[in-house]
Amino acid sequence: MPDATGLELLARELGDAALETVYYRNRATVVVDPAQIRGVLRTLRARGYAFLASVHGVDHYPEEPRLGVVYELLDMSRVDRITVKLRVPTDAPTVESVTEDWPTADHQEREIYDMFGVVFEGHPDLRRILMPEDYEGHPQRRDFPIGGEPVIFTRDEAKWLEARE
Amino acid sequence: MEIKREPAALRVQSLNARQLLRGGDLEGANQSAHLEDTELERYVEERVLTTTLDKTVAWARSNSFFPLGFGLACCAMEQFHAAGPRMDIARFGFEVFRASPRQADLIIIAGRVSIKMAPIIRRLYDQMLEPKWAISMGACCSSMGVFNNYALVPADKFLPIDVHVPGCPPRPEALMHGVLKLRKLVQNDPDMGWRERYDAVGTEESPLDA
Amino acid sequence: MSPAPTPVDSPALSDYRRREQSIDLAPVGEQLVGLDHENETTEELLTLNFGPHHPATHGVLRLLVTLQGEVVRDLKPIIGYVHTGIEKTAEDKAYWKAIPIVERMDYLAYYFNAMAYVGAVEALVEVEVPTRAQYLRVIHLELNRIASHLIWLGTSALDLGASSIFLYCLRERELILDLFEMSSGARMHTRYFQVGGVIEDIPAGFARKLREFLKVMPERADEYGAILNANEIVLQRLRGTCPLDAETLLGLGVTGPLLRAAGNPWDLRKAAPYSSYEHFEFKIPVGTVGDNYDRFAVRLAEIYESVKIIEQALEGLPEGPHITEDRKVALPPRHELATSMEALIHHFKLVTEGFRVPPGEVYHPIESPRGELGCYVRSDGSSKPARVHMRDPSFVNLQALAPMCRGNYIADMIATTAMLDPILGGIDR
Repeated sequence: MPDATGLELLARELGDAALETVYYRNRATVVVDPAQIRGVLRTLRARGYAFLASVHGVDHYPEEPRLGVVYELLDMSRVDRITVKLRVPTDAPTVESVTEDWPTADHQEREIYDMFGVVFEGHPDLRRILMPEDYEGHPQRRDFPIGGEPVIFTRDEAKWLEARE
Repeated sequence: MEIKREPAALRVQSLNARQLLRGGDLEGANQSAHLEDTELERYVEERVLTTTLDKTVAWARSNSFFPLGFGLACCAMEQFHAAGPRMDIARFGFEVFRASPRQADLIIIAGRVSIKMAPIIRRLYDQMLEPKWAISMGACCSSMGVFNNYALVPADKFLPIDVHVPGCPPRPEALMHGVLKLRKLVQNDPDMGWRERYDAVGTEESPLDA
Repeated sequence: MSPAPTPVDSPALSDYRRREQSIDLAPVGEQLVGLDHENETTEELLTLNFGPHHPATHGVLRLLVTLQGEVVRDLKPIIGYVHTGIEKTAEDKAYWKAIPIVERMDYLAYYFNAMAYVGAVEALVEVEVPTRAQYLRVIHLELNRIASHLIWLGTSALDLGASSIFLYCLRERELILDLFEMSSGARMHTRYFQVGGVIEDIPAGFARKLREFLKVMPERADEYGAILNANEIVLQRLRGTCPLDAETLLGLGVTGPLLRAAGNPWDLRKAAPYSSYEHFEFKIPVGTVGDNYDRFAVRLAEIYESVKIIEQALEGLPEGPHITEDRKVALPPRHELATSMEALIHHFKLVTEGFRVPPGEVYHPIESPRGELGCYVRSDGSSKPARVHMRDPSFVNLQALAPMCRGNYIADMIATTAMLDPILGGIDR
């Protein structure tokens, strides 16, 4: 991980794209402006972080803007990791897709679309990947109910059978 | 024991059944022995295996299940071990895991059934030929298992299951116990009428029938 | 063909024959005659659906394959058939209760799932893991690596036709599962790793049984190598088929034995050691060409290296606690509950509510048998995680299947899927 000073210098290099830096438990994170994510990742690639390890989504419910996308970058030659985060609101959940520069983001962005509803512009094939194609709703959002079957205890059995009729 | 080589001795001896039943033996009918009533019954029981055709068929079916090789998740690993060298499923005659549902008569649903997979499993079950049985292996397909959430469906909801094997994952011994229980079930040749509740009697002939 | 076809409306014909005779083959004949071999796109392309229920797909993977003859022109994997909502379920449970949930993700590398998650939580809570626990973790992780590679070898050999290897590998895996049963009570999904260490120390007799296993395993691995490397069919199917260079693999995010087979020696156990891997001497097998044979050889060689690591860990196993002494995070030992009030209160709080984790986010990557397995945990200060995401290596490696198989035969595609080692539980989560 770049240490705290290295992180600040990196953020300064990113200019106005970097909104915030977080250095927590020896891990460096840069929060960026969603509109400039491709440029940010290109800059970081030029700085040596050439491997995109993971792209995943977070739901910050109830704080707005709610939907977050997290990019984990890795510099293999210096064994250095950095995290890039961005946050988009639910009413305008569009982020530019980075699949062209980083082919690994293909399935991972589809998963974020499926689970959170973040729409990636420019993605070659944005469809649901884990849920059935015609599923409605975005399961991993925090206000989506967890679902499941009711657990029927013997004491409730009569009530449940009645309710089924 | 001396072997008689005279041609007369090599001729097939057609024996009168009556001679046999009346107490005769293979080397020459002993006409003097007569058995009546209960003695006759006992004599016959000791020597002749009587059965009905149904029971024979049930016995044959139960001892030669052709499982459909259908593993979904972790339980599939324990299913491999049940077919493996230590807990050998082949000693019961069930090692022929068929790849095609049309050739199988037992589907062991091993693993978690997601909502995307459920119609496919149902389709596979429909394509199996009668008579067919289903074992639900593991907690996830018997009930919801560890994961009580939006993504899973217990196999009971869309498929008639004959034996549920609990465990997460069940040991190979537990799976064997379940399969042997099914074997006993089949030997007693049960009436499968309850499967009509699932509309699961019969075989899907062609994709257009679905 | 039949000498003089009966007229189509004759009552003597069955339905089937009537349909057959009314098919006009002329247009297809024109197509076949007018083939333009230079411009291959005028030929007929056939889209075939493999799976999700298919004997050669490892788990429920569905592949939409576009074929031209027997050559694969395009490949589209469709997944989600064993999606279990693990990440959502883990949000509903206390931190340590989510360990069994997360373990069931990549169902062959269950200790690795637990390790990634527990490592992330330990980083958030900032708890020290005692050295004995770290060594025990390494022993179990490497045993699990061997077990995972054994199933991979068995099922891949089964796909290629060498079905007896499957039974041999299961024989060894039974020994490993016996060891797991000895240390934790369960063969799979043992929830042995806990936040701060391991749940129980190894019992008496474990070390002896482990030593016996370590003596036997390299000989057996030699056997497998001898059988498969002398098998002409296996060699022809694996050598030179579906290679992919390291650059493309890195672009696709592929790590693990696939990347090492292509020549890049990236291994998190050496590059960023965790859980005292730096105390052990071991080599990283690296391939040269990046074809299927290299992927196979790299994984087979990794079995030997894992045996070496376990030997060193067993020799150097230090005395000490098997879990952290911090009672706010780890359950106190049961004998203390009878005498100490604080222990009772800690036990009660931990079991009912669980420990609270200060708000923050952490991504903790480890090296699983398939590549980089990372766990991202976000905590919001309560006793349940706000987001658990497992970066599964198979999910990312699956994207490499299409570039590998384009332009090669179907049979090579089967061999490549086997060498890719996809675990659908991890892919679908």
